[in-house]
Amino acid sequence: MSAAEDSRDKASVRSAWLLSAPAIFVLTFAACGPLLIMLVYSFLTKGQYGNVEGVFSLEGWRSILYSEDIFDPGVFVWADAHLTIFWRSVKLSILTTLLTLLIGFPTAWFIATRPPKSRPLWLFLITIPFWTNLLIRTVAIFEVIRNEGVINTVLLWSGLITVPFQITYTDTAVFIGMAYVFLPLMVLPLFAAIDRFDMRLIEAAYDLYASRFAVLRRVILPIVRPGVIAGSILVFVPSLGAVVTPRILGGGKNMMIGNFIELQFGQGRNWPLGAALSMTLLVIVTVALLVYVRAANRETSHG
Amino acid sequence: MSTDTAIEARHVVKAFGQGDGAVRALDDVSVEIRKGEFFTLLGPSGCGKTTLLRLIAGFEMPTDGTILLDGADITYLPPNQRPVNTVFQSYALFPHLTVAQNIAFGLQMLGKPAAEVKARTEKMIALVQLDAMAGRKTSQLSGGQQQRVALARALAPQPKVLLLDEPLSALDYKLRKEMQIELKRLQLETGITFVFVTHDQEEALTMSDRVGVMSSGKLQQVGSPREIYTAPRNRFVASFIGETNFLPATVVPGGVRLGCGAMVEMSGLAGSGPTTLTIRPEQVRLADAAEPGAIAAQVSNLVYFGTDTHCYLSLADGAEVIARLQSPSNGEVGLQKGQSVALRFVPGAAQVLAD
Amino acid sequence: MADRNFSASHLPGFTQIALLVFALLYLPIAVLVVYSFNAGTTSGLWEGFSFRWYGTAWQNDAVQSATLRSLGIAVSASIIATFCATLAALGTTRRKSFRGQTFIYVMINQPLMVPEIVTAVALLIFFASIKVATGYQGLGYLIAAHSAFCIPFAYLPIRARLEGMDLSLETAAADLYATPWMTFRRVTLPLLAPGIIAGAMLAFVISLDDVVITEFVKSGGQDTLPTYMMGQLRRVMTPEVNAISSVLLALTVLLLTAFFLLTRKND
Repeated sequence: MSAAEDSRDKASVRSAWLLSAPAIFVLTFAACGPLLIMLVYSFLTKGQYGNVEGVFSLEGWRSILYSEDIFDPGVFVWADAHLTIFWRSVKLSILTTLLTLLIGFPTAWFIATRPPKSRPLWLFLITIPFWTNLLIRTVAIFEVIRNEGVINTVLLWSGLITVPFQITYTDTAVFIGMAYVFLPLMVLPLFAAIDRFDMRLIEAAYDLYASRFAVLRRVILPIVRPGVIAGSILVFVPSLGAVVTPRILGGGKNMMIGNFIELQFGQGRNWPLGAALSMTLLVIVTVALLVYVRAANRETSHG
Repeated sequence: MSTDTAIEARHVVKAFGQGDGAVRALDDVSVEIRKGEFFTLLGPSGCGKTTLLRLIAGFEMPTDGTILLDGADITYLPPNQRPVNTVFQSYALFPHLTVAQNIAFGLQMLGKPAAEVKARTEKMIALVQLDAMAGRKTSQLSGGQQQRVALARALAPQPKVLLLDEPLSALDYKLRKEMQIELKRLQLETGITFVFVTHDQEEALTMSDRVGVMSSGKLQQVGSPREIYTAPRNRFVASFIGETNFLPATVVPGGVRLGCGAMVEMSGLAGSGPTTLTIRPEQVRLADAAEPGAIAAQVSNLVYFGTDTHCYLSLADGAEVIARLQSPSNGEVGLQKGQSVALRFVPGAAQVLAD
Repeated sequence: MADRNFSASHLPGFTQIALLVFALLYLPIAVLVVYSFNAGTTSGLWEGFSFRWYGTAWQNDAVQSATLRSLGIAVSASIIATFCATLAALGTTRRKSFRGQTFIYVMINQPLMVPEIVTAVALLIFFASIKVATGYQGLGYLIAAHSAFCIPFAYLPIRARLEGMDLSLETAAADLYATPWMTFRRVTLPLLAPGIIAGAMLAFVISLDDVVITEFVKSGGQDTLPTYMMGQLRRVMTPEVNAISSVLLALTVLLLTAFFLLTRKND
């Protein structure tokens, strides 16, 4: 490499950093930096009225899983309430991912197989809910499933039931709500993968005596797998961190991790525990994303 | 239909779209393809040749008509129930499978025992000389190698008929030549009926036992390459295959009379009146003006092609005839532009076209 | 077996499921909009068509101030985010890969990956100390937080546009004696404009929609439209919420349609 080229490359790298500097500054100040401060807070002692005292403590991390017996100080027992919340969060997130995959795949397939002229319109119809306020969509599904909502009104009016069918404020409501609000996150990456899929491969598979099921299992699914993984991660991650949907549809009792975290900064007044829980959630999400990145890279390296 | 017919299409019609906008991709096509032959469907793009192939494969169903395989009606049978395999134009190899897995796919789908699948796959890999590549993903192969995998994959289940949809069009010239020979070898070795679709007349003439020339959704002529070339039935076939001269003529007793007044003797002509005479450039010779059947002409242009020189000759009525003359060793045919000469047609080479 | 319409890409039941999904996706939204026109006080019982709740919301001081605050924050945040994102996109595309490139990518896209609640509580912790230290309680915190999480949304369309741009145009401009700055102003920027507008619109929509981070960052009396609605939901829900939602929905659809046309025409 010549000296001139070398100095041009250096100038190019310098300008890259200079141009990115404002974005990096804003993000450090109002996104990444505070995460580090929170990490510090997770190792401090909780304050009487919220906030923290500057004394090192592992209490925040320990209390994620164990709680001290009220009558017998020094004895630690499993924090059943916490474990219930974790289990509910993971269970509902997995169920949401599975349901959105199950109904999202045919939807994405349908959009991808429309004629080129009408395809953008169908895609647009999926994009609108995607960009619509999550709160509005949660309110919308709440209106439909609540006791005075459309479903119960119709069922009561038809005489099929005499007492409103209680859906809201249950795990089922949170599950339905999350599937509803996160479905576009599943459909869009699936569509992208199916859109790239060469439909002639299906003809080739049929030509080689494959049944419909074999075509789906042996040809379509293996090839669109990156889309399936992407969609699953994109649904699983926000489900696990969901706050608004479980708050409105779960009604305070059916908490998920996100609600539990916010509780620590409200009535719970246990900032170290909230910070430790946040870091835990962040680690889980990061691991999920790394799995996704690795899977995606493996696919692209295969061509 | 005789017992040596592999595929028979009877009055097959395929329309795309509905109502006024409907396009007839195939318009009443009937053809018999014999067992063990190399049959080529030849025609320009959009002539319906690929549609006919797709109907035989089962990827599409005809609007009307019947398709028979070994005498059995397969018109509406889905493709996975037809003992017919296809080599796709783009190969359509499964990108997530290796070469060996691609080739084994059809056998596995047929539910063959694992040992048989393995043995047969290995045999096919050897047949197309890809032994070193068996474990590779297909995206790591060159175009020619992908082509071989596509062939092996389609041949592995031992189909009754192999369909090939312009399989050589993505290859460069030299590779295409090699694959033509390879295909012919595979066909002879396996004895399987090949139905080959192409728009390349040279491919059609050199490889096929018989050729079906298609245009505008209709089968124009079916015959051996020699028949198609030397005795084209109509103007389309004559012009699509090779180069040729068309001359307006009138049928008279004992032959036809050209526009310039010259008489070309031909026997067995029916009817009378205006017609078109066709003669291949290599069947036009220079002659002495005194020779019987010689026609006076003037050299209007000479184009050197290496082995040949094309000599453009104007007749008295202005009609133009191209003569393909073999270039002498020094490259000079000894003619000048504007020179008056005489030409004659090789006896029996001129044809009168039906339309 | 006489399936006369064989189609390779057809999978049985898929079309029915897809159409059902579309219906289920839009049914709740339709119900929400319909009930915004309800004359009655509860949103469950239909008591006739009326614009009443639109009027109520319009005249509600809390709604008015929340709306203005939401718009103010969204406009400021989308301008800051788009500015930062445009520069970052120019810095990270169309050059040789360099050390630290991945760091910049991760940094920019970080808000897409970190759960909102995590960022929200981290900001609460951080800004709480600043509030105590400086005594400043203004909208600056909300604008800073919104700017940060809007950057990746502004960045993506701008970057896509830049990557699709023909480098030879800039070379041609340079060949025609344009200085680098002139080339940027007269060639690159006009070509980039649709991407920048698209990015700004997405940032605007994202800022306008935010609930969780806003709830944790805002000081007292700094309700935005979504947090105001959230507060209403905790009390008795009236069709006023539906009316506000419908207006926000209409705004989103409008902006998205513009975005859709903007990006499609230039493809």
